[in-house]
Amino acid sequence: MTKQKFDPAKIDFGLDSFGDIPLSASGQLLSQAAAIRQVVAEGVLADELGLKVIALGEHHRADYAISSPDVVLAALAARTKQITLASGVTVLSSDDPVRVYERFATLAALSNSRAEVVLGRGSFLESFPLYGYDLRDYDLLFEDKLSLFAELLKERPVTWSGKTRSSLKQMDVFPKTEQALPVRIAVGGTPASVVRTAKYGFPLTLAIIGGRAERFLPYVQLYQRAADQYQQPIQPLAVHSHGLIAATDDEAKELAWKYLRESFVKVGQERGWAPMGQEQFNFEINEGSFYVGSPETVAQRLARTIKQLGVSRFELAYGAGGLPAAQRMKLIELYAQQVVPRVRELLAEEE
Amino acid sequence: MKIGIIGAGKLGTVLGQLAQKAGYQVLISGSGAPSKIELIISVLLPQAKALTTAAVAQQANLIILALPLHQYQTLQPADFAGKIVIDATNYWEPTDGPATELLLPGISSSEMIQQQLKDSQVIKALNHIGYHDLADQALPAGSDNRKAVALAGDHVAAKQQVAEIVNDFGFDPVDIGQLAAGSLLEPGSPVFGASVAREQLQQLIQDYAALKKIDNSKNA
Repeated sequence: MTKQKFDPAKIDFGLDSFGDIPLSASGQLLSQAAAIRQVVAEGVLADELGLKVIALGEHHRADYAISSPDVVLAALAARTKQITLASGVTVLSSDDPVRVYERFATLAALSNSRAEVVLGRGSFLESFPLYGYDLRDYDLLFEDKLSLFAELLKERPVTWSGKTRSSLKQMDVFPKTEQALPVRIAVGGTPASVVRTAKYGFPLTLAIIGGRAERFLPYVQLYQRAADQYQQPIQPLAVHSHGLIAATDDEAKELAWKYLRESFVKVGQERGWAPMGQEQFNFEINEGSFYVGSPETVAQRLARTIKQLGVSRFELAYGAGGLPAAQRMKLIELYAQQVVPRVRELLAEEE
Repeated sequence: MKIGIIGAGKLGTVLGQLAQKAGYQVLISGSGAPSKIELIISVLLPQAKALTTAAVAQQANLIILALPLHQYQTLQPADFAGKIVIDATNYWEPTDGPATELLLPGISSSEMIQQQLKDSQVIKALNHIGYHDLADQALPAGSDNRKAVALAGDHVAAKQQVAEIVNDFGFDPVDIGQLAAGSLLEPGSPVFGASVAREQLQQLIQDYAALKKIDNSKNA
């Protein structure tokens, strides 16, 4: 087993958005169209400030504006220079692997090979009835389509047959890329999904949205053990978690209670969960997986998680709920200009 | 004492870890052959034994159900006969399908499982706290701010034993009544997804029982 060497200077920091609808300066919710343009402005800012990746998730709901991440990413391709343009996630189960390949290979062309596909089963399920899929095939659809997608990535004529779409016989897909299309699989903690990711030799993204990050250490070990067993390389680990950075701890906490917590309460309500109380909120902020506070506070907590799990890439899910657009821009500035250099410093000190 | 866990997903593996930490021997099964979960178990539960569901049920002294609810009809009553079964499952439409096709009107989902496993003593417990809270919030008995886990069931002695296990796992057991009162712990309940201490849990249940006009005074 070869482990990645841990080098603080080489850790990538990025941003994740689902296209949450922000409030304007006057306290009105933006339109969904304006929310999408806001994300483009944020991606441009992130690129200018040197962040390494922006990942946009696919949703089909009133509270998230982005249903077609690749189209938004294409706009960003034209306006950015260095940032990796990723989905986060593309719900492969309710999509067509051939079209996913075509769209992201096109994005790669437009962005000079900065496209990345992040595949997942998705935690929201609206895409299934919307595209005519049966939720009872939740896992089968992903497994089956992933096997085709892995073939398509070889960029040679494909012969494939499976259970969830028509077979292909020596069919080729276009455009061809200039560099192999990078792919990740994002997992929420289902052990079998971790094993599947390693089996295909894809890098793993852990979506850690509640509880202590170190709880995921066994999953990192499971990924490594599985990669070993399937004779696949151990690829660098990414982690996605929610965060809110403001000038002071108090301001960040207040905003997080108002917007981040609220978005959890709203989604939880649909799933029959009791609303997150003050104690749970405090736990998530102090010990769990909400990275909330001043740049120094967030940097300390991030450095700890990165070291504990051996993270190569951290993606901050920002702007959950109605967090006003101006505060989102400020958050990105604080993250890129203060948190990221401070995390590197903290990690270098410990080396 | 051997605790059997049916289900090797997020919940099943966390419960297995709590059981191991408490000194129990753990037997665990997934939905297929044991070989399908061996790798997972070797890392997440290195001391546990991966078996078929039938073997887990037959060999364990007590069994915890941590499988998707809709799979309950695959459980063979004979394998579970005479044993205490902790039902930690919940109805969740995306994986279980429409409620009208699975749940039975007027009874809690745990009573439905009791009807399937008619020769077992089904106790509902460990279903209402999220799996990451189960992992993060377990504390030794007597700790400050220890969280509580509700249990419901019709068999007093069986409930006593489950209460001991809940305590060993790191939580204060709170008996909320007979199995029918298990509906007070289902999705939509103010304790569903909540991780709170004993008094608060009792208060939430009492208020919710009054609101739903459910008499849970019997057998509590």
